[in-house]
Amino acid sequence: MRFDRIIMTAALSLSCTLAAVQAQAHRVWIVPSATVVSGESPWIPFDAAVSNDLFYPNHFPLSTEAMKLIMPNGKTGEIHNAHKSKYRSTFDVNLTTPGTYKVEVVSAGLAARWQDKDGKRKFWPPRGKPSNPSDFSKEVPQQAKDLEVSYRSNRIETWVTAGDTSDAVLAPSNKGLELLPQTHPNDLVSGEQTRFQLLIDGEPATGATVTIIRGGTRYRNSQEELKRTTDEQGYFSLTWKKPGMYWLNANYQDDKADAPASKRMGRYTATMEVLPE
Amino acid sequence: MLKKLAVIACLATTAAQAAELSIAVTIPSHQVAEYHRPYVAIWLENRTKKVSHLGLWYDTEMRNNEGQKWLKDLRKWWRRGGRKLTLPADGISGASRKPGSYKLHFSDKSPAFSALAPGKYKLHVEASREVGGREVVSIPFTWPIGQTQTQTVDGSNELSTVSLTVTP
Repeated sequence: MRFDRIIMTAALSLSCTLAAVQAQAHRVWIVPSATVVSGESPWIPFDAAVSNDLFYPNHFPLSTEAMKLIMPNGKTGEIHNAHKSKYRSTFDVNLTTPGTYKVEVVSAGLAARWQDKDGKRKFWPPRGKPSNPSDFSKEVPQQAKDLEVSYRSNRIETWVTAGDTSDAVLAPSNKGLELLPQTHPNDLVSGEQTRFQLLIDGEPATGATVTIIRGGTRYRNSQEELKRTTDEQGYFSLTWKKPGMYWLNANYQDDKADAPASKRMGRYTATMEVLPE
Repeated sequence: MLKKLAVIACLATTAAQAAELSIAVTIPSHQVAEYHRPYVAIWLENRTKKVSHLGLWYDTEMRNNEGQKWLKDLRKWWRRGGRKLTLPADGISGASRKPGSYKLHFSDKSPAFSALAPGKYKLHVEASREVGGREVVSIPFTWPIGQTQTQTVDGSNELSTVSLTVTP
């Protein structure tokens, strides 16, 4: 019986470690079938998933429950025909007025990890559960071995434009890790250079690490990923070598967190389309 | 893209001739199972990419302006200001055209022409065909010029000969 428990514990902690590693390897994305459309009241279908390959749903659907559509006038719009299937979620957006729309999933909250008396690794919030502030003091000990409390923000987003581009949806909320494109994200063309700024809680995110990968990874032998680190003012730039749908992921962390957190962590993911010249 | 550039200087300019831009665009025919007339945009661009729209041929006959759905496929034109244009645009937009040669004349009294400040320009002609290809043909010129100049460029697929005659 005792022996069984040891094996169970070992298996659990191993699976937790694997889960953490896998969470790094998996990529989350919201992908519109087109980003630039014309005509009256056009529709755009979307896919949203967590997968390894870009952009082939092969692991887990990204729930549309927390997904928000922001219209060119800043108001929240309706996500139509949302459906969660085995490996992906699908939905439609109706671009009823000209301008740029944003689809986003934003979350933030405390997270903790520590070791209990038996040396067992503990995590909070439990995997797949939201970070509920009222549970924190009940479920996380005030003192424990290797206790680390962080405040984590996560943003996943993409943009689409009907007719002429507009900038209202590009304004930062000044919460969490955010991208401030210096070129409109629906006006990207291969061969051209784009400059971005990353902000953490509205301030320049210095030293954030950025990974950019073009979709269609299944049709080549390497990821062909681009790596960037933001400068003092949170800027980075890149030249789009080929047209395609790109995945951009940024991570930032520092120790400027409010108690009880000691670490501030931000994760940011966007998809953007680069059209041929 | 196969480009053939021919510059012909014509000395026979008479004083009576008014300043004019004359453009000829040839739409090629295609032996394909599914043929649709191309969407075509014609515009002038200065060095700072300021645009003067000269022509837009698209499917104006469809119900509920559904033909506008594919205007974004004229990708360069769309980005250069097509997306800011309210349609139909007077003196600019018209129905799509079948294969053949079409001439456009802009006298010094036309709005597009009066916007020509001295400087370097490019004439762009972009064509995009449903279930077909897309092509842009460009002809650079300087305004004003001393004598009549004709330039001709051959497109390779969606456009045949495009020519521009600039008369001072």
